[in-house]
Amino acid sequence: MSARSETATKALRSVVTAALAIILIVLVWEGYKWTGQQTGGTWPGTGIELPVSTDDIIMPHASDIAAELVSDIRDGRSTLPLSVFLLKKAWFTLQEAAIGFFLGSVIGIGLAVLMLRWRVAERGLLPWINVSQTVPLIALAPIIVTWGRNQGLPDIVSISLISTYLTFFPVAVSALRGLQSPDSAHVELMRSYAAPWRTTLFKLRLPAARPYLFPAFKIAATLSVVGAIVGEISIGTKTGLGRAILEFAQRYAVWPERLYASVVGAAVLGLFVFGMISLAERLVLRRTDEVVA
Amino acid sequence: MSTGADTPAVQVDDVDMVFNEGSGGEVAALSGINLTIRAGEFVTLIGPSGCGKSTFLRLVADLLTPTAGSISVFGQSAHESRTGQDYGMVFQHAGLFDWRKVKANIELPLELRGWSKADRAARSAEMLDLVKLDEFGDLYPRQLSGGMQQRVSIARALSFEPRLLLMDEPFGALDEMTREHMQSELLRIWGETGTTVVFVTHSISEAAFLSNRVIVLSPRPGRVHSIIDVDLGERTPDTREDPDFFTAATTIREALRSVGGAV
Repeated sequence: MSARSETATKALRSVVTAALAIILIVLVWEGYKWTGQQTGGTWPGTGIELPVSTDDIIMPHASDIAAELVSDIRDGRSTLPLSVFLLKKAWFTLQEAAIGFFLGSVIGIGLAVLMLRWRVAERGLLPWINVSQTVPLIALAPIIVTWGRNQGLPDIVSISLISTYLTFFPVAVSALRGLQSPDSAHVELMRSYAAPWRTTLFKLRLPAARPYLFPAFKIAATLSVVGAIVGEISIGTKTGLGRAILEFAQRYAVWPERLYASVVGAAVLGLFVFGMISLAERLVLRRTDEVVA
Repeated sequence: MSTGADTPAVQVDDVDMVFNEGSGGEVAALSGINLTIRAGEFVTLIGPSGCGKSTFLRLVADLLTPTAGSISVFGQSAHESRTGQDYGMVFQHAGLFDWRKVKANIELPLELRGWSKADRAARSAEMLDLVKLDEFGDLYPRQLSGGMQQRVSIARALSFEPRLLLMDEPFGALDEMTREHMQSELLRIWGETGTTVVFVTHSISEAAFLSNRVIVLSPRPGRVHSIIDVDLGERTPDTREDPDFFTAATTIREALRSVGGAV
């Protein structure tokens, strides 16, 4: 009865919260900038310098950044508003990130199942999985790119692989915890049914792992965007948000609003994928969340 | 696998159970257990904590393997009985799967046995009727009270009509009133299905009210101290106030006192 209106209320509440958060960030940004300009770059009433300079290059006005988003930019032979330009770029990046997220999730869950099945695998693999994340992406990216080109693979594959490298980790770790989460009574119950290992995996362990997986998916989704952008930058591809960020960064000193605008674009993309996973989580887990006595 | 009318439901011969055998921390849980449980009986195991009641149940269920001795269930080894799914088991905590509706929980063992969807639905409806939860099949376990969850768990254990029902302190987590109600319900279900029940408890009144026979275990290592026959005829709510009921409870209590240890 009220389940639907409750969902609508929840959705509305999160939109309002997000709007308030943006207003708050803008207020803090402008407040800090205003203070700095009043005092000449020091803490009020002291001679101590502010940690971040408040001039228009380091911190352009929020309104200027917003204005930049609607001003035109040349894209090949046509001109279009920067926000539309960024959306087009983000669309490419989203595709790479989506492939990276998908592959990373599959690999992560696969590794977790492997580690669950064979304790030896857990002992042998887990340290390497941890070590894998200490390798700097910036060093790894050119290796993957060069390898991909030697294999004759399109660049989008290499970029997706870089994204995969970041996403599989949180999924593998959380999936393993989730698969190990059923208590002994549940495991004994399945044994009492003489259920084979595979059946226990599909009927008990994987469903029980879902509440552990979704938080990991959220982290992985945002990481997949980071991975895709870093991949684009290191590959020097012409498409994608990473390329736009790289170009705007080179002209930052004269045109800072543009770089900030592209950062906003990347943040929006990250929020978008985060939101998609949250939505999926709500759809999948909603039924069991309703607690009534 | 024809089993004659006089094949015992559970036959236990000279069973020892030692945990961590061979390592430094050996624990003798059960020693020299001999026991015959007849088909259709309601037998209760009672004893101080640590006497190995739950271990005994897990041995019969083939969730543990005895260090020595043999256990047969309806003439087969305990292992064959598990792989043939001859018994249903109910634990202290209902152990329902949160993500499955009540009826899907009841259908779980049927699903594993490859029953068709229609057959499963028909059986789970029957089972819901048996445990008087007809209205609740489409709810999720967390929407039910503890007593209702435990009834679902019993329905799940009985859904494939096992000849043996193993119950490990199933009502231990329930309040007194719910508990008494569940005991009567269990006896009604036992009467309707004719299943053999092996029931572990640490409640004297529960043992006296439910069983044909009460097996009193002594602790560390667990041994059969005494076997008490209880004959109270058909149980009704009045049985709890019957002098015979008190006599049975007193006999059990005295046996427990003589074995020592905290119940």
